[in-house]
Amino acid sequence: MAKLNTRSDETDAENKVRQVRQVKGMDSSLDRLIHERVRLGILSALAVNDSLTFNELKGLLKTTDGNLSVHARKLEQAKYIICEKDFDGRVPRTAYQLSPTGRDALERYLNHMEALIRATRRR
Amino acid sequence: MCSFCGYAVVLYNEKCSSYHSHMPIRAEPTPLHARAMENLKFIRETMENATSFTAVPGWGGCAVGLTGLIAATLASGRQPAVWLTIWVLSAAVAGVIGGLAMRRKARAAELPVFTGPGRKFVLSLTPPLIAGALLTPVFYKAGLMYYLPGMWLLLYGTGVITGGAFSIRIVPLMGLCFMALGVAALWLPSSWANGCMAAGFGGLHLVFGLIIARRYGG
Repeated sequence: MAKLNTRSDETDAENKVRQVRQVKGMDSSLDRLIHERVRLGILSALAVNDSLTFNELKGLLKTTDGNLSVHARKLEQAKYIICEKDFDGRVPRTAYQLSPTGRDALERYLNHMEALIRATRRR
Repeated sequence: MCSFCGYAVVLYNEKCSSYHSHMPIRAEPTPLHARAMENLKFIRETMENATSFTAVPGWGGCAVGLTGLIAATLASGRQPAVWLTIWVLSAAVAGVIGGLAMRRKARAAELPVFTGPGRKFVLSLTPPLIAGALLTPVFYKAGLMYYLPGMWLLLYGTGVITGGAFSIRIVPLMGLCFMALGVAALWLPSSWANGCMAAGFGGLHLVFGLIIARRYGG
């Protein structure tokens, strides 16, 4: 339990540091949170859809329940995505939406990638 | 000792790398810009796969439906050759109207028609239509004119369903209705053939065109 709390505190601290850097425009480094493939896929898919369910994302990214769940939770903790849980009849349904913070983060990541390519072409 | 197969060697680098093909060869590191391009490609592909083709034209569908109704009225009670000519011309006109309407809607929404989901939609829709076009002269020569409406409706429905898999949910439903009507046309008396064509290429296009136009904007 104590170990779990420590990990949660660490994640909160990382998120706060990231948010402060973003607000101050200091963050010129690569956003490691998005850099992972599944998380990048989640943000990209949500960027072109108002909302996607857990199963839709799972099918789209061809990943497992556990894997998607872990990565989605990380994005949720960073407030990049919004998770909504409800019932479709008697079946529980989890839907995800991209938050404004997540959209900004994806845009910054895209700019970062484009800048890298431009820098290499200039050489 | 080789850490991969346990082969006893004294000089790891010399013996193992020269005698063991399973030894990993250190790959060249991927350049940074190549990784960036790979990531951008991944983002684009994910976005394409996650998008449905929403440029199916509603009002265009209505116009195609009107063409079908006009063709059905003109073709009613005509000689087989004239009947066929009217419907083939009507299909060509409807194709042009549908294509232009789709391009117009896609442009308005800044959606590409020939890349991503648009490309998949077009590539899935066209093969059954081409099959229908190729089978038409065969049926005509074999004297199977009365089966043409059923075959056309079935194949058009098939194309709409397969194309609709990459589009809004109502499109595959429209395809299903076309297929059901096609099956009916194959089994109903030949006097119903033109009526089935009017109901399908006229009525279904009009009804679904109106629904698409109202729900999905034009």
